[in-house]
Amino acid sequence: MHVTVKLFATFRNGRFKIAEQELPEGTECRRVVLDLGLTEEEIGIIMINGRHGTLDQKLAHNDVLSLFPLVGGG
Amino acid sequence: MEDALTFLKDWTRDGLLPWSAQCAAVKHFGTSHAAMEGLALENGLFPARYQRNRNMISTAEQLRLFQSRVAVIGCGGLGGYVIEELARLGVGQIVAIDPDIFEEHNLNRQILSTPATLGKAKVEAAVDRVAEINPAVTVTAVKDAFCLANGFELLAGVQVAVDALDSISYRLELAEVSTAAEVPMVHGAIGGWYGHVATQMPGDTTVQRIYRHWVAGKGIEQQLGNPAFTPAVVASLEVAEVCKILLGKGELLRNRKLSIDLLEMEVHEISYEVPMKLVDAA
Repeated sequence: MHVTVKLFATFRNGRFKIAEQELPEGTECRRVVLDLGLTEEEIGIIMINGRHGTLDQKLAHNDVLSLFPLVGGG
Repeated sequence: MEDALTFLKDWTRDGLLPWSAQCAAVKHFGTSHAAMEGLALENGLFPARYQRNRNMISTAEQLRLFQSRVAVIGCGGLGGYVIEELARLGVGQIVAIDPDIFEEHNLNRQILSTPATLGKAKVEAAVDRVAEINPAVTVTAVKDAFCLANGFELLAGVQVAVDALDSISYRLELAEVSTAAEVPMVHGAIGGWYGHVATQMPGDTTVQRIYRHWVAGKGIEQQLGNPAFTPAVVASLEVAEVCKILLGKGELLRNRKLSIDLLEMEVHEISYEVPMKLVDAA
Protein backbone atom coordinates (compact mmCIF):
# COMPACT_ATOMS: atom_id res chain seq x y z
CA MET A 1 0.00 0.00 0.00
CA HIS A 2 0.99 3.58 -0.58
CA VAL A 3 1.50 6.01 2.33
CA THR A 4 2.67 9.64 2.37
CA VAL A 5 4.89 10.50 5.33
CA LYS A 6 5.34 14.15 6.38
CA LEU A 7 7.94 15.12 8.94
CA PHE A 8 8.14 18.34 10.94
CA ALA A 9 10.73 20.33 12.90
CA THR A 10 13.81 18.30 13.96
CA PHE A 11 12.44 15.08 12.46
CA ARG A 12 13.41 16.52 9.06
CA ASN A 13 17.11 16.67 9.94
CA GLY A 14 18.94 14.09 7.82
CA ARG A 15 15.59 12.73 6.60
CA PHE A 16 12.99 14.53 4.51
CA LYS A 17 10.00 16.85 4.64
CA ILE A 18 7.73 14.59 2.64
CA ALA A 19 8.16 11.09 1.23
CA GLU A 20 6.06 8.47 -0.46
CA GLN A 21 6.44 4.99 1.03
CA GLU A 22 5.34 1.56 -0.16
CA LEU A 23 4.40 -0.49 2.91
CA PRO A 24 2.88 -3.93 3.50
CA GLU A 25 -0.89 -3.92 4.12
CA GLY A 26 -1.79 -3.24 7.74
CA THR A 27 1.56 -1.68 8.71
CA GLU A 28 1.34 -0.01 12.13
CA CYS A 29 2.33 3.59 12.60
CA ARG A 30 4.99 2.44 15.09
CA ARG A 31 6.80 0.48 12.34
CA VAL A 32 7.15 3.63 10.22
CA VAL A 33 8.41 5.62 13.23
CA LEU A 34 11.04 3.01 14.15
CA ASP A 35 12.13 2.54 10.51
CA LEU A 36 12.85 6.27 10.38
CA GLY A 37 15.25 5.82 13.29
CA LEU A 38 12.92 7.69 15.65
CA THR A 39 12.05 6.50 19.15
CA GLU A 40 8.58 6.45 20.65
CA GLU A 41 9.73 8.90 23.36
CA GLU A 42 10.53 11.55 20.74
CA ILE A 43 7.02 11.59 19.29
CA GLY A 44 4.87 14.60 20.10
CA ILE A 45 2.01 14.42 17.61
CA ILE A 46 0.83 11.76 15.21
CA MET A 47 -1.67 12.87 12.60
CA ILE A 48 -3.23 10.44 10.15
CA ASN A 49 -5.17 12.21 7.41
CA GLY A 50 -5.40 15.29 9.61
CA ARG A 51 -6.79 13.41 12.62
CA HIS A 52 -4.92 12.48 15.77
CA GLY A 53 -3.59 8.95 15.65
CA THR A 54 -1.67 6.51 17.82
CA LEU A 55 1.44 4.39 17.38
CA ASP A 56 -0.69 1.24 17.39
CA GLN A 57 -2.88 2.47 14.60
CA LYS A 58 -2.78 0.49 11.35
CA LEU A 59 -2.23 2.54 8.24
CA ALA A 60 -4.36 2.22 5.13
CA HIS A 61 -3.69 2.76 1.43
CA ASN A 62 -3.25 6.45 0.55
CA ASP A 63 -3.01 7.56 4.19
CA VAL A 64 -1.04 10.70 5.00
CA LEU A 65 0.98 10.29 8.19
CA SER A 66 2.42 13.44 9.84
CA LEU A 67 4.89 13.27 12.71
CA PHE A 68 5.87 16.16 15.01
CA PRO A 69 8.48 15.93 17.78
CA LEU A 70 7.76 16.52 21.46
CA VAL A 71 8.33 20.15 22.52
CA GLY A 72 8.26 20.99 26.23
CA GLY A 73 10.70 23.79 27.07
CA GLY A 74 9.99 27.19 28.55
CA MET B 1 -10.00 60.07 47.72
CA GLU B 2 -12.31 62.91 46.65
CA ASP B 3 -9.34 65.29 46.85
CA ALA B 4 -7.11 62.87 45.00
CA LEU B 5 -9.68 62.53 42.23
CA THR B 6 -9.95 66.31 41.88
CA PHE B 7 -6.16 66.43 41.75
CA LEU B 8 -6.03 63.79 39.01
CA LYS B 9 -8.82 65.48 37.03
CA ASP B 10 -7.06 68.84 37.23
CA TRP B 11 -3.95 67.31 35.72
CA THR B 12 -5.71 65.41 32.94
CA ARG B 13 -5.02 66.93 29.53
CA ASP B 14 -7.00 65.92 26.43
CA GLY B 15 -8.34 62.92 28.34
CA LEU B 16 -4.86 61.72 29.26
CA LEU B 17 -3.43 61.60 32.76
CA PRO B 18 0.35 62.16 32.61
CA TRP B 19 2.67 59.87 34.55
CA SER B 20 4.17 62.89 36.31
CA ALA B 21 0.71 63.75 37.72
CA GLN B 22 0.20 60.14 38.88
CA CYS B 23 3.56 60.33 40.66
CA ALA B 24 2.73 63.72 42.21
CA ALA B 25 -0.62 62.36 43.46
CA VAL B 26 1.08 59.32 45.02
CA LYS B 27 3.50 61.62 46.83
CA HIS B 28 0.95 64.25 47.83
CA PHE B 29 -1.68 61.85 49.16
CA GLY B 30 0.79 59.30 50.54
CA THR B 31 -0.80 56.49 48.58
CA SER B 32 0.30 53.84 46.07
CA HIS B 33 0.59 53.94 42.29
CA ALA B 34 -1.92 51.09 42.14
CA ALA B 35 -4.47 53.10 44.15
CA MET B 36 -4.05 56.15 41.92
CA GLU B 37 -4.25 54.15 38.70
CA GLY B 38 -7.40 52.41 39.93
CA LEU B 39 -8.98 55.72 40.93
CA ALA B 40 -8.13 57.27 37.58
CA LEU B 41 -9.47 54.40 35.48
CA GLU B 42 -12.64 54.02 37.57
CA ASN B 43 -13.37 57.66 36.81
CA GLY B 44 -12.69 57.44 33.11
CA LEU B 45 -9.24 59.06 33.23
CA PHE B 46 -6.86 57.30 30.88
CA PRO B 47 -3.27 57.12 32.14
CA ALA B 48 -1.08 58.59 29.40
CA ARG B 49 1.36 55.69 29.67
CA TYR B 50 -1.29 53.53 28.00
CA GLN B 51 -2.17 56.05 25.26
CA ARG B 52 -0.90 53.75 22.51
CA ASN B 53 -3.27 51.04 23.80
CA ARG B 54 -6.14 53.38 23.06
CA ASN B 55 -8.52 52.69 20.15
CA MET B 56 -7.53 49.08 20.68
CA ILE B 57 -8.23 49.00 24.42
CA SER B 58 -10.89 51.39 25.77
CA THR B 59 -10.76 53.04 29.21
CA ALA B 60 -13.26 50.49 30.53
CA GLU B 61 -11.12 47.66 29.15
CA GLN B 62 -7.95 49.19 30.55
CA LEU B 63 -9.74 49.21 33.94
CA ARG B 64 -10.65 45.56 33.48
CA LEU B 65 -7.00 44.72 32.78
CA PHE B 66 -5.97 46.71 35.84
CA GLN B 67 -8.46 44.76 37.98
CA SER B 68 -7.25 41.41 36.63
CA ARG B 69 -5.02 38.88 38.32
CA VAL B 70 -2.86 36.62 36.14
CA ALA B 71 -0.58 33.82 37.35
CA VAL B 72 2.65 33.24 35.43
CA ILE B 73 4.00 29.80 36.17
CA GLY B 74 7.70 29.80 35.39
CA CYS B 75 9.80 32.98 35.22
CA GLY B 76 12.50 31.85 32.80
CA GLY B 77 12.52 32.12 29.00
CA LEU B 78 8.80 32.39 28.38
CA GLY B 79 7.83 33.75 31.81
CA GLY B 80 10.21 36.73 31.72
CA TYR B 81 8.70 38.05 28.48
CA VAL B 82 5.17 37.22 29.62
CA ILE B 83 5.64 39.26 32.81
CA GLU B 84 7.25 42.14 30.94
CA GLU B 85 4.35 42.32 28.47
CA LEU B 86 1.60 41.88 31.06
CA ALA B 87 3.07 44.73 33.11
CA ARG B 88 3.34 47.04 30.10
CA LEU B 89 -0.18 46.08 29.03
CA GLY B 90 -1.39 47.17 32.45
CA VAL B 91 -2.57 43.92 34.03
CA GLY B 92 -2.88 45.01 37.65
CA GLN B 93 -1.87 41.88 39.51
CA ILE B 94 0.68 39.29 38.52
CA VAL B 95 1.46 36.17 40.53
CA ALA B 96 5.00 35.14 39.55
CA ILE B 97 5.84 31.54 40.44
CA ASP B 98 9.28 29.92 40.10
CA PRO B 99 11.56 28.07 42.54
CA ASP B 100 14.84 28.87 40.72
CA ILE B 101 17.64 31.41 40.78
CA PHE B 102 19.38 32.81 37.69
CA GLU B 103 22.35 30.93 36.33
CA GLU B 104 24.80 31.85 33.60
CA HIS B 105 23.17 29.59 30.98
CA ASN B 106 19.96 31.69 31.28
CA LEU B 107 21.65 34.83 29.92
CA ASN B 108 21.20 33.98 26.22
CA ARG B 109 17.43 34.38 26.38
CA GLN B 110 15.81 35.03 29.76
CA ILE B 111 14.95 38.71 29.75
CA LEU B 112 14.93 39.00 33.55
CA SER B 113 18.51 37.71 33.76
CA THR B 114 21.57 39.95 33.63
CA PRO B 115 25.09 39.40 34.92
CA ALA B 116 24.00 41.41 37.96
CA THR B 117 21.06 39.10 38.74
CA LEU B 118 23.03 35.83 38.64
CA GLY B 119 22.26 33.95 41.84
CA LYS B 120 19.13 36.00 42.42
CA ALA B 121 15.67 34.40 42.67
CA LYS B 122 13.85 34.70 39.34
CA VAL B 123 10.67 35.86 41.09
CA GLU B 124 12.60 38.61 42.91
CA ALA B 125 13.99 39.81 39.60
CA ALA B 126 10.41 39.85 38.30
CA VAL B 127 9.30 42.06 41.21
CA ASP B 128 12.20 44.47 40.62
CA ARG B 129 11.68 44.64 36.86
CA VAL B 130 7.94 45.33 37.12
CA ALA B 131 8.54 47.98 39.81
CA GLU B 132 10.90 49.63 37.34
CA ILE B 133 8.63 49.52 34.27
CA ASN B 134 5.17 49.91 35.79
CA PRO B 135 4.88 50.67 39.53
CA ALA B 136 1.06 50.50 39.33
CA VAL B 137 1.32 46.73 38.82
CA THR B 138 1.49 44.50 41.90
CA VAL B 139 3.62 41.36 41.65
CA THR B 140 3.15 38.57 44.17
CA ALA B 141 6.35 36.53 44.18
CA VAL B 142 6.14 32.83 44.98
CA LYS B 143 9.56 31.16 45.15
CA ASP B 144 8.25 27.65 44.91
CA ALA B 145 7.42 25.02 42.32
CA PHE B 146 3.81 24.89 41.19
CA CYS B 147 2.34 21.45 41.86
CA LEU B 148 -0.88 19.65 42.70
CA ALA B 149 -0.30 20.27 46.40
CA ASN B 150 -0.09 24.09 46.27
CA GLY B 151 -1.68 24.78 42.88
CA PHE B 152 -5.21 25.40 44.01
CA GLU B 153 -4.08 28.02 46.52
CA LEU B 154 -1.78 29.71 43.98
CA LEU B 155 -4.58 30.06 41.44
CA ALA B 156 -7.07 31.50 43.95
CA GLY B 157 -8.62 34.67 42.53
CA VAL B 158 -6.71 34.32 39.29
CA GLN B 159 -8.46 34.92 35.93
CA VAL B 160 -5.84 33.29 33.72
CA ALA B 161 -2.90 30.91 34.32
CA VAL B 162 -0.01 31.29 31.90
CA ASP B 163 2.09 28.22 31.32
CA ALA B 164 5.74 29.24 31.11
CA LEU B 165 7.04 25.99 32.57
CA ASP B 166 9.95 23.98 31.21
CA SER B 167 8.73 20.58 32.36
CA ILE B 168 6.00 18.48 30.80
CA SER B 169 5.05 16.74 34.04
CA TYR B 170 4.62 20.05 35.93
CA ARG B 171 2.69 21.37 32.94
CA LEU B 172 0.27 18.47 33.17
CA GLU B 173 -0.17 19.24 36.87
CA LEU B 174 -0.94 22.87 35.98
CA ALA B 175 -3.49 21.68 33.43
CA GLU B 176 -5.12 19.49 36.04
CA VAL B 177 -5.27 22.25 38.67
CA SER B 178 -6.50 24.82 36.13
CA THR B 179 -9.34 22.50 35.17
CA ALA B 180 -10.27 21.84 38.81
CA ALA B 181 -10.04 25.55 39.69
CA GLU B 182 -11.94 26.49 36.51
CA VAL B 183 -9.21 28.87 35.42
CA PRO B 184 -8.38 29.28 31.71
CA MET B 185 -4.82 28.20 30.93
CA VAL B 186 -2.68 29.59 28.14
CA HIS B 187 -0.18 26.92 27.20
CA GLY B 188 3.15 27.58 25.52
CA ALA B 189 6.20 25.42 24.97
CA ILE B 190 9.48 25.92 23.12
CA GLY B 191 12.54 24.01 21.94
CA GLY B 192 15.21 25.40 19.62
CA TRP B 193 13.62 26.98 16.53
CA TYR B 194 10.25 25.51 17.43
CA GLY B 195 7.36 26.25 19.72
CA HIS B 196 3.64 26.01 20.11
CA VAL B 197 0.74 27.79 21.78
CA ALA B 198 -2.80 26.76 22.72
CA THR B 199 -5.50 27.98 25.08
CA GLN B 200 -7.38 25.60 27.32
CA MET B 201 -10.67 26.83 28.75
CA PRO B 202 -12.14 25.15 31.85
CA GLY B 203 -13.50 21.75 30.89
CA ASP B 204 -11.22 21.39 27.84
CA THR B 205 -8.46 18.78 27.83
CA THR B 206 -6.28 20.27 25.11
CA VAL B 207 -3.01 20.24 27.08
CA GLN B 208 -3.51 16.64 28.17
CA ARG B 209 -4.19 15.73 24.55
CA ILE B 210 -1.16 17.64 23.27
CA TYR B 211 1.00 15.47 25.53
CA ARG B 212 -0.95 12.24 25.15
CA HIS B 213 2.09 10.38 23.76
CA TRP B 214 4.41 11.67 26.47
CA VAL B 215 6.05 8.97 28.55
CA ALA B 216 8.82 10.70 30.50
CA GLY B 217 11.53 13.32 30.21
CA LYS B 218 11.86 16.42 28.08
CA GLY B 219 11.25 17.24 24.43
CA ILE B 220 13.57 18.51 21.69
CA GLU B 221 14.66 21.40 23.93
CA GLN B 222 16.93 18.93 25.74
CA GLN B 223 19.17 18.62 22.65
CA LEU B 224 18.53 22.00 21.03
CA GLY B 225 18.39 24.34 24.00
CA ASN B 226 16.58 27.62 23.34
CA PRO B 227 17.81 30.75 21.52
CA ALA B 228 16.98 34.40 22.29
CA PHE B 229 14.03 34.78 19.93
CA THR B 230 11.87 31.67 20.32
CA PRO B 231 10.73 32.46 23.88
CA ALA B 232 9.92 36.06 22.85
CA VAL B 233 7.73 34.86 19.95
CA VAL B 234 5.81 32.24 21.92
CA ALA B 235 5.49 34.42 25.04
CA SER B 236 4.02 37.25 22.95
CA LEU B 237 1.44 34.91 21.42
CA GLU B 238 0.57 33.74 24.94
CA VAL B 239 0.07 37.31 26.16
CA ALA B 240 -2.18 38.10 23.19
CA GLU B 241 -4.33 35.16 24.28
CA VAL B 242 -4.35 36.38 27.91
CA CYS B 243 -5.41 39.85 26.78
CA LYS B 244 -8.31 38.42 24.74
CA ILE B 245 -9.47 36.16 27.56
CA LEU B 246 -9.45 39.07 30.03
CA LEU B 247 -11.31 41.36 27.64
CA GLY B 248 -13.59 38.68 26.19
CA LYS B 249 -12.80 39.59 22.59
CA GLY B 250 -11.33 38.03 19.48
CA GLU B 251 -10.88 34.42 18.54
CA LEU B 252 -8.92 32.27 20.97
CA LEU B 253 -6.61 29.37 20.14
CA ARG B 254 -9.20 27.11 21.67
CA ASN B 255 -9.31 23.46 20.56
CA ARG B 256 -6.40 24.20 18.26
CA LYS B 257 -2.69 24.53 18.64
CA LEU B 258 -0.39 26.79 16.67
CA SER B 259 2.91 25.03 15.91
CA ILE B 260 5.67 27.41 14.92
CA ASP B 261 8.84 26.56 13.02
CA LEU B 262 11.13 29.60 12.93
CA LEU B 263 13.81 27.81 10.91
CA GLU B 264 11.59 27.17 7.90
CA MET B 265 9.16 29.98 8.88
CA GLU B 266 6.18 27.66 8.85
CA VAL B 267 3.10 27.85 11.03
CA HIS B 268 0.84 24.82 11.34
CA GLU B 269 -2.51 24.71 13.02
CA ILE B 270 -3.29 21.38 14.68
CA SER B 271 -6.92 20.79 15.52
CA TYR B 272 -7.94 19.47 18.91
CA GLU B 273 -11.63 19.68 18.20
CA VAL B 274 -13.51 17.15 20.26
CA PRO B 275 -15.08 14.65 17.86
CA MET B 276 -18.82 15.03 17.79
CA LYS B 277 -20.52 12.52 20.06
CA LEU B 278 -23.18 10.52 18.33
CA VAL B 279 -26.44 9.97 20.11
CA ASP B 280 -26.96 6.32 21.01
CA ALA B 281 -30.20 4.76 19.92
CA ALA B 282 -32.07 3.80 23.04
